[in-house]
Amino acid sequence: MSADLGTGPVSNALTADNISVVFGGLVAVNDVSFTIPDQSIVSLIGPNGAGKTTFFNVLTGLYTPTSGDVRFGDRDITGQPPHKIASWGMARTFQNIRLFGLMTAEENVMVAMHSHMRAGIFSTVFGLPKQRREEKEAREVAVDLLDFVGINHTRGEYARNLSYGDQRRLEVARALALKPRVLLLDEPTAGMNPQESARFVEFVHRVRTEKKLAVLLIEHDMSVVMRVSERITVLDRGEKIAEGGPADIKSNQRVIEAYLGKSGAEASEV
Amino acid sequence: MATAELVGPPETREHGRLTHNARWAIGFGTAAVLIFVTYHWVLPSLNANINTFVNSWLPLSVVDECMVWMICALGLNIVVGFAGLLDLGYVAFWAIGGYTAGWLISGQFYNLKIDIFGSPAAGTPGIHINFWLVLVAAAILTALMGILIGAPTLRLKSDYLALVTLGFGEIIPQFFKNGDHLGTLSGSGGFDFTHGERGITPVDPITIGPWKLGPFDLDWQFAVFAAIAAFVIFVCLRLRVGRLGRAWLAIREDELAASMMGVPLMRTKLAAYAVGAVAGGLGGVAFAEHVGGVLPDSFDFSISITLLAMVVLGGMGNVWGVMIGALVLSWINANGLKQVGSTFNSTFGTSWDFPSYNYLMFGLILVLMMLFRREGLLPESRTKLLLREPSRTDVESVGADLEGESA
Repeated sequence: MSADLGTGPVSNALTADNISVVFGGLVAVNDVSFTIPDQSIVSLIGPNGAGKTTFFNVLTGLYTPTSGDVRFGDRDITGQPPHKIASWGMARTFQNIRLFGLMTAEENVMVAMHSHMRAGIFSTVFGLPKQRREEKEAREVAVDLLDFVGINHTRGEYARNLSYGDQRRLEVARALALKPRVLLLDEPTAGMNPQESARFVEFVHRVRTEKKLAVLLIEHDMSVVMRVSERITVLDRGEKIAEGGPADIKSNQRVIEAYLGKSGAEASEV
Repeated sequence: MATAELVGPPETREHGRLTHNARWAIGFGTAAVLIFVTYHWVLPSLNANINTFVNSWLPLSVVDECMVWMICALGLNIVVGFAGLLDLGYVAFWAIGGYTAGWLISGQFYNLKIDIFGSPAAGTPGIHINFWLVLVAAAILTALMGILIGAPTLRLKSDYLALVTLGFGEIIPQFFKNGDHLGTLSGSGGFDFTHGERGITPVDPITIGPWKLGPFDLDWQFAVFAAIAAFVIFVCLRLRVGRLGRAWLAIREDELAASMMGVPLMRTKLAAYAVGAVAGGLGGVAFAEHVGGVLPDSFDFSISITLLAMVVLGGMGNVWGVMIGALVLSWINANGLKQVGSTFNSTFGTSWDFPSYNYLMFGLILVLMMLFRREGLLPESRTKLLLREPSRTDVESVGADLEGESA
């Protein structure tokens, strides 16, 4: 199911060089380098506390790395504010769903189009033709995206009233509204049963192909990781301990020790 | 993923909301016209008893004052209700609006003789600019002040923001109170910018075209205030459904997620602050006209709190709810409590001073609202949902957690 790395596009959507993040005396991420090739699907795994989410937060601009830099396409985005990085095409979902609960599904998606829209106070108040057109187009895009993730029927519902699965989909739809070049998914299958997870793997492939973007996953479910990823990076205690295709990672001794070795049951399953 | 078309098109919901708003707008217009017609034509032709009754319970001057409060409450609603930024110093903008009127339509700067479509006779000392241009000037000035005050303040999070805005709400009226001797350290001399505690009186009357409103043309004053209020309502409703309104709500709902979705936090919050401040400025000009001048003592902390109470009582975020909250509370404040008191006293032969219990009552109303109806009298459907029903994920999270662990 996973494509070979060598046949993919050559340019990198995202390059992180020697990233370190230190909180007080605690080294959360230590000298990690990492690339996401364009239109690839890569995963970041590691035991709890390995620094995965911290690393995510560095990429999206929430933390400025203590050292190292992040390049997004040709642009240096180290230390740039999150909303700028997002508007350049870095979209994410959250480990604990963070939708705008008291806004409709459609509004949620439209919020993410903010940076692509131009209407100001004046043109909104007086409903100038340009603003009306922009608003209408944004609404159409939102509907298309809700359709794409399969929850168009929830369009007018408040996000907080959607079912758990639909909320996860809405988060993806909202992220896609940024027209991202890279989509970061933070534990997207948490709370899904095996069938749902399997469908999710197909979904990620579909997103990648149809939206022509690269996907970076943080994931705990090893069956999902092994099926979906073209390349896997393993973090442990803030350090990169392994990188490679699913097959390499499965047989990597350090990974088994650091990650899978903790639970014999899981190790044998993978 | 294939059941997209099963449930009805949400188009209807969207349209439903728009027509709902249109209905209210027509309602406000009709009500304003009715009030004007009643006080202008109907009442004078009725017998004296009815006139006395109306003039003691709801005199036109109180109606006018209620409109001023409403305009300001709507502005505060943008900041607190839409964008979720707690502002305890909103009176600052009311004061700035009032003083803009004081500077631009009075004899305060008596060595200047500036007259731009102003109402007094040519050659009158001071700056005399047309009332409608003063509204524009106040709008611009308060917007700038909103940005100026907001830029350092809005970096703070909730409680700290509330405290700092509280500070600005104290500083600005103090500046006006002491601004009569700028440039000197002693109590006299220097540049008289604000005329100190005496305030700036009188201000020129409102003009409609070539016609000057006299001090007793309260019905026409009402018409002008209602027009300003209508403009503010219009702006609120339009912004709410557009790009900026969505960003405000997103920030209120989840600031971090909003920034991750490309919403610039500072700029969006500043916009809320500036637009809210403009309404406060317009209200300030209207208030100056209503009172016939500006007095620094009228801009105290209790105004910020009363406005906040109006927003909370009406239903945070809902333009119509806030309007009703503002009308009810400002009526109680200006006239209602006094009348209820005197009626009570004459019926039961007591002599309680009801108006002195004003703030006790506001406090009581706020406490009771928080206990029994936190979403306000006329809540926005969203807020009601938040406060009345647990969200679906809250209810189902127990199961989800278990699933998550076993996965």
